[in-house]
Amino acid sequence: MIEVKDVHFAYPNGVEALKGVSLTIKNGEFIAIMGENGAGKTTLIKHFNGLLKPTKGSIFVDKVETTEVSVAALARTVGFVFQNPDNQLFSETVEEEIAFALKNFGFKEKTIKGRVTWALNLLGLTQYRKTSPFMLSGGERKRVALASVLAWNPRILILDEPTIGQDHQQKEKLLQFILQMKTQRKTIIIVTHDVEFVAECDPRVLLMHQGKIVADGEARKVLTNPEILLHASIIPPQITQVFLQLSDFELPKEVIDVYEAREKLLNALERKAK
Amino acid sequence: MSIIETKNLTYTYPGGIETSLRDLSVKIQKGKFVLITGPSGCGKTTLCRCFNGLIPHFYQGELVGETTVVGLKVAEHPIYELAKQVGLVFQNPENQLFALSVEKDVAFGLENLGVPREEMRKRVDWALNLTGIYDLKERAPHELSGGQQQRVAIASVLAMQPEVIILDEPTSFLDPLGAKKIFEVIYDLNTKLGITVVLVEHRLDLTARYANHIIIMDNGEIILDGEPRKILNSEKTRLIGVGIPKPTRLYQILRKDGVRLSNTIPLCSDEMATMLREALKS
Repeated sequence: MIEVKDVHFAYPNGVEALKGVSLTIKNGEFIAIMGENGAGKTTLIKHFNGLLKPTKGSIFVDKVETTEVSVAALARTVGFVFQNPDNQLFSETVEEEIAFALKNFGFKEKTIKGRVTWALNLLGLTQYRKTSPFMLSGGERKRVALASVLAWNPRILILDEPTIGQDHQQKEKLLQFILQMKTQRKTIIIVTHDVEFVAECDPRVLLMHQGKIVADGEARKVLTNPEILLHASIIPPQITQVFLQLSDFELPKEVIDVYEAREKLLNALERKAK
Repeated sequence: MSIIETKNLTYTYPGGIETSLRDLSVKIQKGKFVLITGPSGCGKTTLCRCFNGLIPHFYQGELVGETTVVGLKVAEHPIYELAKQVGLVFQNPENQLFALSVEKDVAFGLENLGVPREEMRKRVDWALNLTGIYDLKERAPHELSGGQQQRVAIASVLAMQPEVIILDEPTSFLDPLGAKKIFEVIYDLNTKLGITVVLVEHRLDLTARYANHIIIMDNGEIILDGEPRKILNSEKTRLIGVGIPKPTRLYQILRKDGVRLSNTIPLCSDEMATMLREALKS
């Protein structure tokens, strides 16, 4: 569980990135943090693994305040995958990259081997086992970064912009993977601009604007509220935009998914036929 | 008239095990807005590098075949000469900006070409105005937001007055509103100035509406090439795993259900809403 209590944060240059954020994230929740560039999203999640400490207020991870533990100790519980994989990758082969943290955590050689193979397989990277991460495409490097964090099996997983540079099929896989993690009661927190992806996975959405949380609720509620979204430079999902334009036809407004849209439209057309 | 043409292009990166482009031939007409898409690693970026001469001048590797851009054989002209005709905008503007002010960044390419001072000033102001960042010209690029930085990158390319602009996922790091504004700027350059645009993108939801030519690649080859509505409605497109826009998908599903909708395939929510409005009214 993560508890955020009235957190403020200012960078050394004086920029106030967080201006009083409070929230509770329960175990097993799936959360998407959205908002304009510079809203404070990345600053907030860097508090969850102790990379940043609040200027004012406090953060508790599993009842322990983040100022009381080291980042290294927190990392066992909170896995963090950066937006730019190049900030994270440094090994000569993909395999070594994934094994690195496991070695640091003191896992046995045999366990390390098994975990590395598992993670490579899960993210479709087996063919690149011996390849240098820097030979791979941006999208592939992102998956290596994700694999290296997953390998140590953290209970809370934070992904900063996981869909950037990923094609449609990889996004589908990422979605499947997140759902699988959810069934294992893992907490997943993603930061993303990808409205269509969020519409497909239907998480709890936290909308940030200028260092504050301005909306917190189900994806279908938040993503279908164009006024509040515009505030945070987000545009509603395509399907929602269709329904917003048809508001004079007694159709529901809160639609984010293609199949749901189909059902509502078929009903409306049937009603009209009668 | 083709402004870009490749003939039987086959390319392997230095030390690469797999061939990145396989016997690829394509023609792009002057003034088009071309969208190139396909699964990760399909060769989209590699193809763009052939268009502006990074292949073969910067990336050596093994190249067979020929690329002609604005009448120039790419292999026979150095990158700086090609840069006058073909501008490239990267995914991450931070990789492209370096000067102390926006104005200097935009002027940099022109200085290198030895453009006279008066002409330079005119072109820089013109590019700044078109991209809506004239008021930022004294600012340091690294202090700007991601969206503003990407506009600076586009303005720098624009100042060279190229015939073609190539953009490789130019809005990946931007929030949706910032992304939309960038696409609108690009669309304006295409429709108002007639600049040929080549845009590499995965997110067709955001971009299909602007294109009048789509190229779908897979495994170093072109799989489909032509008019957007036709291509996005093709079963093949869906099977390759290209994420077609949600309104287009909804249209396909409703048609399968027997709902009577017009034959023009919608590419965006506005078009789909108009179509549904008619169906719900009639």
